[in-house]
Amino acid sequence: MIPEIGHFALILALCVSIIQGVLPLIGAQQGRREWLVLARPATQISFLLLAISFGVLAWCFYVNDFSVLYVAEHSNSQLPTVYRLGAVWGGHEGSLLLWIFLLTGWAFAVAQLSKTLDEFMVARVLGVLGLVATGLLLFVLGTSNPFERLLPAAQDGRSLNPLLQDPGLVFHPPMLYMGYVGFSVAFAFAIASLLSGRLDAAWARWSRPWTTTAWIFLTLGIALGSWWAYYELGWGGWWFWDPVENASFMPWLIGTALIHSLVVTEKRGGFKNWTVLLAIMAFSMSLLGTFLVRSGVLTSVHAFATDPRRGIFILLLLSLVVGSSLFLYALKAPKSTLGGKFSLLSRETLILMGNVFFVVAAGSVLLGTLYPLLIDALNLGKISVGPPYFNAVFVPIMVPVLFLMAVGPWANWKTTDLKTLLKRLWLAAVLAFVAAIAIPSLMGEFTILTALGFLLAFWVIASGVLQIIRQCKVGMPTRSFIGMQLGHMGIAVFVIGVTMVGAYQEEKDVRMAPGDTVTVGGYQIRLMGVGPAQGPNYQAMRGTFELVRNGKVQELMYPEKRNYDSSTMPMTEAAIDAGLTRDIYVSLGEPLEGNAWAVRVYYKPFVDWIWGGCLLMALGGLFAVMDKRYRLRVKK
Amino acid sequence: MKAKFIIPLLLFVVLVGFLAVGLNRDPREVPSPLINKPAPAFKVPQLADPNKSFSPEDLKGQVWILNVWASWCVACREEHPMLVELGKSQVAPLIGLDYKDKRADAMEMLARQGNPYNLSAMDNDGRVGINYGVYGVPETYVIDKAGIIRFKQIGPITKDVLDKSIYPLITQLNKA
Amino acid sequence: MFKKILSSLLLASLVSIAYADEALPLASDPALEQRLISISEEMRCLVCQNESLSGSRSELAQDLRREIRDLIRQGKTDAEIRTFMVDRYGDFILYRPPVKPTTWLLWIGPFVLMIAGIMALLMYLRRRNSQVNSVALSDDENKRIDALLREDK
Repeated sequence: MIPEIGHFALILALCVSIIQGVLPLIGAQQGRREWLVLARPATQISFLLLAISFGVLAWCFYVNDFSVLYVAEHSNSQLPTVYRLGAVWGGHEGSLLLWIFLLTGWAFAVAQLSKTLDEFMVARVLGVLGLVATGLLLFVLGTSNPFERLLPAAQDGRSLNPLLQDPGLVFHPPMLYMGYVGFSVAFAFAIASLLSGRLDAAWARWSRPWTTTAWIFLTLGIALGSWWAYYELGWGGWWFWDPVENASFMPWLIGTALIHSLVVTEKRGGFKNWTVLLAIMAFSMSLLGTFLVRSGVLTSVHAFATDPRRGIFILLLLSLVVGSSLFLYALKAPKSTLGGKFSLLSRETLILMGNVFFVVAAGSVLLGTLYPLLIDALNLGKISVGPPYFNAVFVPIMVPVLFLMAVGPWANWKTTDLKTLLKRLWLAAVLAFVAAIAIPSLMGEFTILTALGFLLAFWVIASGVLQIIRQCKVGMPTRSFIGMQLGHMGIAVFVIGVTMVGAYQEEKDVRMAPGDTVTVGGYQIRLMGVGPAQGPNYQAMRGTFELVRNGKVQELMYPEKRNYDSSTMPMTEAAIDAGLTRDIYVSLGEPLEGNAWAVRVYYKPFVDWIWGGCLLMALGGLFAVMDKRYRLRVKK
Repeated sequence: MKAKFIIPLLLFVVLVGFLAVGLNRDPREVPSPLINKPAPAFKVPQLADPNKSFSPEDLKGQVWILNVWASWCVACREEHPMLVELGKSQVAPLIGLDYKDKRADAMEMLARQGNPYNLSAMDNDGRVGINYGVYGVPETYVIDKAGIIRFKQIGPITKDVLDKSIYPLITQLNKA
Repeated sequence: MFKKILSSLLLASLVSIAYADEALPLASDPALEQRLISISEEMRCLVCQNESLSGSRSELAQDLRREIRDLIRQGKTDAEIRTFMVDRYGDFILYRPPVKPTTWLLWIGPFVLMIAGIMALLMYLRRRNSQVNSVALSDDENKRIDALLREDK
């Protein structure tokens, strides 16, 4: 009975979304006020219905209702409660429901926080969001209903893939989807302004906080996924250029270009067409990513179970949404006016140049991800495009971006004098060079690539610090300024982490019996013993290791080899001692004869700076959003 | 200057085209680079009598079929009835290559489900499989009179594959 | 049999001269193992298809790693080992796509894109500056817009 309520709520939501999508848009076109004003209430009801539907599904998982097929496929009575919640989005149907739930959530937020916005604009924005929701609801109801029944009900469920039984699962997808779906708001604003023919700076001003917020979530979502892979998969990697990872990274790249472009459009009225195009592209990338993951077109460790029917449906949805947007763009964009004048050397140019590199980067990732498909479709064979390609291509493209990041904030709007720029930058350059030579030398190994990494990172940091000093002399920095500094510093910190770990990590694969020690990164790791351990739904062999430095025991570490009740593949649960300047990573391998075990240990210097940098970026975004200039107060 | 605004749309249409084609492809399938190349040589013991050996040389001058199978492979059991049919049709010698298996288990499976093979050989360490580009069982090769591989089936043989690909090919190769 | 005795004697002597309780590397030849890792890291495991050949625990991956070790011992170069794999499994097994006519677009594409992007940008900027400016919102105008937008409808 209860699952049917969830199902029914979805059907109702579909009807409401159709109303929300169609009537306000026509109303705005024809000036019909009675249809315009339907937008907000329709949005609110949509959200309520989706909340009910999602709540019902969560409830089914909570009470172990195995008469619901989706629950039986992804959950199990032995599964700890928190993972039963995570399992709601552990599979295709549920994660899609989460997607739509968050979409209506964002639309609801726009509806509530846009009381001072022109009602034609509101109608159009909510209308576009309603149309997108309609498409997705049709998809869910047509091909991916999470409330489908399994009769007779299963005794117990199949359970969740052990890899997913982890806190990372509980947070990573919702965070990520908040980002993906959040770009729909920028998209809706862009479409609304194209429809109205009023492509002006005011639109950019409205879009900015929404877009930045979505970007914050996407940054956190990707960082969380990367960190989760690092500690969960057992062999220390943190990014694999897997198609689904790329599917999340491309919107991020475009989104970053977009938030910078919006700055210019808002402040200077420039780049209107380009910013609109970026907004369309960002959300298109989100939709494309959704397609790639669920259609079976690419192999990926992340891919959900595939069904060609679903693939066709999403492709159609993707074609309709993006195709019609780009068509509208082709029609309306030529009519917009240019913004203010600016010279070849100016902040506008530098931002625009950065944009070009971000878009080229996104394009390259897209090329690499889809190339195997391209070759196969043309019957030219089967190839793989993996990390060696992406690393070779992505890094050179990002080098100019890092360079520009330090220069841009010093440049004035409209025009900047080259001499002034050089005067402001020379100190940062010197400091950067010193760091580039000193650090690798201190660490004991100097390579060009490593030096380049430190050069760029410290170039950005030094420039940023100098900017902060200069600004503080003049007065209290705005939140927007702080946001920018944190964001740029975040990237620099990230680069330091990547460079350090890439160049100076140590790995040892050894045979250890109790009493044996292995030395790595200046630490000794001694095996005390390996014994059995029991978990809620698994048996394990747990190792006890002492982490020793300078003769003192710092920490005890407990890596495990788990055998889950529901799976035949043993799972490695690595033990990590995390620190500000290094991680020590211990992974238990196979048992060997003579009471010994295969053990792998890693010393990973500064690896946490990778995710620390992402956190800084997100924090920067938060400051930027909170700047008072971009939040209009609602007068009551 | 208006034309440039159409470019994003055009690029997108091309992209969708490729994605649509891609929906019909299986990205996991690895086609063999050995088609139209000589079948790699090997010499391995026979399943029935390990003192005897088998080599592709033995069948030079005939069109023949090599089926890689194993008793531990679920899909092979599903494929088995098709192999029995293929064996009965007598269109070409059907040789089995028992891949990384235990002799006792393999013999037991053949006894239980029937032995469609003229002969089965054992690839205990998987080296022959690697040379033939085997990455999953079952896999089947059609080899011509000169010892060149002309066709590879990845995965179980179905009625469709037999009727549309294997029988016609063998007929054609026998004529040559 | 003789080999077994010899290798256990060897191991025993290694153990006795090694540091007391310092763990021995798992691989009998760490240098060879390093080379194995660097080669197999750039290859795809065909069974799991989303792990590299160096990390995968599947049987085929273990067999293929064994083959690579043999090839290294035989003195083959990295390129020869890659050719060995490609002859049997096709280009699909390589994570680094080989540079051939079908992949020129792949390898050249990003850089062509970058150059095209920069050139398009420069041309756009030059052309733009010759066209006279129009509406950019001044701070005053911004405040007026705020006031207008805030008016209750």
